[in-house]
Amino acid sequence: MNSNGRSLIARVDGVTLAFGDRIVLKNCSLDVVEGAITCIIGLSGAGKSTILRLLDGLLLPSEGHIYVLGSDLCHLSEEQVNVMRQKIGLSFQFAALLDSLSVGDNVALPLREHTKLSRAEIRQTVFDALDSVGLAHAYDDLPGELSGGMLKRAGFARAIVTRPALVLYDEPTTGLDPIVSKLITETILKLRSKLKGTAVVISHDLPSIFTMADYIAMLFEGAIIAYDTADRIRNSPNPIVQQFLQGSEAGPIQI
Amino acid sequence: MRILAQVGRVTNDFFEYAGGVTLLTTESLGFLVRLRVRLTETLSQCALLGVQSLVIVLLTSLFTGMVISLESAQQAVAYGFSSFVGGAVAYAAVRELGPMLTAVVVAGRVGAAIAAEIGSMVVTEQVEALRSMGVEPARFLVVPRLLALLLMLPLLTIFADVVSILGGMWIAREYAHIPYHEFIQSVRQAIDFSDVVKGLLKTFVFATIIAMVGAYQGLSTRGGAAGVGQSTTFSVVLSIILIWISNFVLSLLLFGGR
Repeated sequence: MNSNGRSLIARVDGVTLAFGDRIVLKNCSLDVVEGAITCIIGLSGAGKSTILRLLDGLLLPSEGHIYVLGSDLCHLSEEQVNVMRQKIGLSFQFAALLDSLSVGDNVALPLREHTKLSRAEIRQTVFDALDSVGLAHAYDDLPGELSGGMLKRAGFARAIVTRPALVLYDEPTTGLDPIVSKLITETILKLRSKLKGTAVVISHDLPSIFTMADYIAMLFEGAIIAYDTADRIRNSPNPIVQQFLQGSEAGPIQI
Repeated sequence: MRILAQVGRVTNDFFEYAGGVTLLTTESLGFLVRLRVRLTETLSQCALLGVQSLVIVLLTSLFTGMVISLESAQQAVAYGFSSFVGGAVAYAAVRELGPMLTAVVVAGRVGAAIAAEIGSMVVTEQVEALRSMGVEPARFLVVPRLLALLLMLPLLTIFADVVSILGGMWIAREYAHIPYHEFIQSVRQAIDFSDVVKGLLKTFVFATIIAMVGAYQGLSTRGGAAGVGQSTTFSVVLSIILIWISNFVLSLLLFGGR
């Protein structure tokens, strides 16, 4: 539970992380409310994707804690983190499908690795996952044969095929035209309804964010400087948030 | 002070690299021992890494056997030692050149392929995607390649040994008029079964070197296409150097100077 009495599925707690001499996150904290879509906004290179990787246990902080589904990832062994990852789906910015496998085999991979489902059951589950993102016809295609938008949706299908409690989307609409971008946003909303799960989305696409977000967090200079419901963030008095939302050059954010 | 700092950095890098390769090897062998192996992928790698290397291995060993025979046969006949030519060719092929040249050829072809493939997967986040699904990259990517090389390199070496001797035998007859039966008799006298087995034992070490250096280099790739290129080159160079060194050590241990 957080201070507002909402149930949390994950929490980034006072995290500091540096790559060499460059400090990316500094005493950064973020609550992820169960059943909600939380969007993280911020400048390019601010560390948004780093937060997703922390939530998936792909990175460990030098200070602080990452709580996911009641466990502190910092205190788990690699094997325990691998078990935990089966309850988390991560959709990569460029999909990161294995290019030697067909789309169907890519989506089937987590099921083949972690379940004892029969071949027929796996095929059906994969087909359902692909169908839910509108790609049932692409089962046997290779990733290289798909467009950018289709690749992202195939990545979604792989992320949700095990019906994870938490789905992490890394820049799902970046580089897509407005129509495909809208389709992707609708797909995320549809998947949330279907899975009744929680999502964290990293994005720069403000129309998309305000369409899907229940909560928005703004990351600036290594810390979350604003966190609230989408409506309240839209009307936030914080000059940094307002400058970012308006895309203005004048203001406290110096590029 | 600058020199000391440089020496310190190089020493640190060396131990970091050696430690990394050792850890990856231990992890991969652990999966192998527990039989956590992807059989279909291993068979596919056997075809890709082993079968497709056969032609180049056969060509290399054929011409090596022929050249050893060419150099030695005419001299041997001139000095009346023609009965030793078959032995010289077989001795060199089975104990040293067969295993080592096969390994060097495979390191150039397969070690590079392993480093390039895994390196490309790293820079396109495919390896990170595997980890995010709770799939160990060592088991998924490294073990099938390691096992395929452990199976295929000894087989390739057997082919190389045989072809090398056959090539030598043909050249000995064509250029020095040494009859086949005399050549074969000489081969039988010079080597025994234990030489063949010891030669093949070396190949397991070479296979491990090629697979693990290629895989570690691939997994350590940073910096896009240029990084993949660097990983590939370094993997081949290091594998070949390690094969030369380990071949000397193994010859010392297995043959004891005999």
